[in-house]
Amino acid sequence: MMRPVLNVLAHLGRAVLDALARMGRWFVFMLALFPALPASLLRPRLIVDQLYQVGVLSLQIILVAGTFVGMVLGLQGYSILATYGSAESLGVVVALSLVRELGPVLTALLFAGRAGSALTAELGLMKSTEQLAGMEMMAVDPLKRVVAPRFWAGVMAMPLLAALFSLVGVLGGFAIGVGLLGVDAGSYWSQIQSQVDFREDIVNGIIKSIVFGVVAVWIALYEGYDCLPTAEGVSRATTRTVVNTSLAVLGLDFIMTALMFNV
Amino acid sequence: MMPPPSAAVQHDQPLIEIKNLSFRRGSRLIFDDISLTIPRGKITGIMGPSGTGKTTLLKLIGGQLRPDSGEIWMDGQNVHALSRSALFALRQRMGMLFQHGALLTDLSVFENVAFPLREHTRLPESMIRDLVLMKLNAVGLRGARDLQTAELSGGMARRVAFARALALDPSLVMFDEPFTGQDPITLGVLVRLIRDLNAALNLTSMVVSHDVAETLSIADHLYVLADARVIASGTPQEIQAETSPWVRQFMQGSADGPVPFQYPAASLQDDFYLSTSLEHSA
Ligand SMILES: Nc1ncnc2c1ncn2[C@@H]1O[C@H](COP(=O)(O)OP(=O)(O)OP(=O)(O)O)[C@@H](O)[C@H]1O
Ligand SMILES: [Mg+2]
Repeated sequence: MMRPVLNVLAHLGRAVLDALARMGRWFVFMLALFPALPASLLRPRLIVDQLYQVGVLSLQIILVAGTFVGMVLGLQGYSILATYGSAESLGVVVALSLVRELGPVLTALLFAGRAGSALTAELGLMKSTEQLAGMEMMAVDPLKRVVAPRFWAGVMAMPLLAALFSLVGVLGGFAIGVGLLGVDAGSYWSQIQSQVDFREDIVNGIIKSIVFGVVAVWIALYEGYDCLPTAEGVSRATTRTVVNTSLAVLGLDFIMTALMFNV
Repeated sequence: MMPPPSAAVQHDQPLIEIKNLSFRRGSRLIFDDISLTIPRGKITGIMGPSGTGKTTLLKLIGGQLRPDSGEIWMDGQNVHALSRSALFALRQRMGMLFQHGALLTDLSVFENVAFPLREHTRLPESMIRDLVLMKLNAVGLRGARDLQTAELSGGMARRVAFARALALDPSLVMFDEPFTGQDPITLGVLVRLIRDLNAALNLTSMVVSHDVAETLSIADHLYVLADARVIASGTPQEIQAETSPWVRQFMQGSADGPVPFQYPAASLQDDFYLSTSLEHSA
């Protein structure tokens, strides 16, 4: 009679305890990683290697996705604007949507799937094959040698990727709006030039993508470093990276938008 | 009585002293108040059945695990009382060959052996190259320098790890199962290599193994672990002459005897009665 109720309570209790324990470990990881960060800036070679892994290898998906998102914005924006007879504002609509929102957010989501999951899996595998323990026994701190360079690379790559995403998006919108639907090329660009504010729009977009970068690599590295050193543990951690990063990015985006663009 | 921390350490003092060490994993007691010493400049063999905690002992010495009670001293330093940086300094004087190699999979064979040199020294590239090739030559893998670690067999990976453990010319080398997965020729070479290096470089070596013959042939001194305790210690001759049933069983490799072959478990009857009754009811 009471059994199912107690079971539910026990499950709930265990879930809460698990969550608290994870938060505790997350915090400890953060405290341990902080002092390792400055020193690794002195070894740019390691960061450059990781920039290639995290950044260059993500280029393809970012460029393709950015182009298509820009083209869709061109189509949708044109069909709405045309009904108000202001199709020449298409450039601003495309550019602002990308620079303020879609660029940083979609880049972060794609980054979580492409680079974040790879970081988690790599670290998890290094842990389960005792590579991290081996490094420690060679008196090399894996936080400094392995984790910190990946952190910097992720944080640096994200704003660059987001900027490229927005750039190819604007070009995609141009191709559709000007090339296909007959918007005037001059007004497409001049509207962007006059209406997009550097401080208000571009800097805020960059701040967003830096924040997303920190969050995305932090989650990816934590999940990899903390995972159970088994095949199943690594695969679960990889899934958690993608899910948690996506949720965190979307939640943070709402908060930052509310704070930045006081509407 | 504690030895002075950094004062000149006498050379007849053991390199490592383990005092009243206890360690548990969950509720399972792995070590129950064991004490042992690793003499300087000698090869010490650690033998014992699978799962007794030989690897665990090496990790405790390396400071990767913390004992529940007891102390481990190396060269007058209490390993588990050191600060992180002091522990790292101490570890530069330890080489460890991991049971499963623990090679860095994103680096080539050459870079794996070069890794500790690059991290801890500022040697010019030409000197690193010579050192690495010398170490690789010693384990017979100079020609394999450009292979990726995924292209190595298990035995080769272990020999690369062997070369890497020696890269910094440590004063203590801990070999975790160096002989498993080696063919008879390589095995003979490795046994000789450990013995020669130990003499030539004045190393102290710990060889963990359950290959009785090889370990007996190589070690100056042996400890046999079982059931969370040290059940025998002495020179190879003394161990071979040991008459206690524990040691006899281990040395002769018989399944019956005081050392259980089974990991602690419920009785056979309980386990199998349960499963047959389940089958019937299903
Ligand atoms: N990470 C761990 N978590 C929990 N228990 C562990 C862990 N690692 C090892 N153990 C337990 O500790 C005991 C000792 O393990 P250890 O690896 O030291 O054995 P071993 O003597 O090296 O065995 P082998 O000869 O098979 O390598 C085993 O019973 C094992 O179940
Ligand atoms: Mg072992």
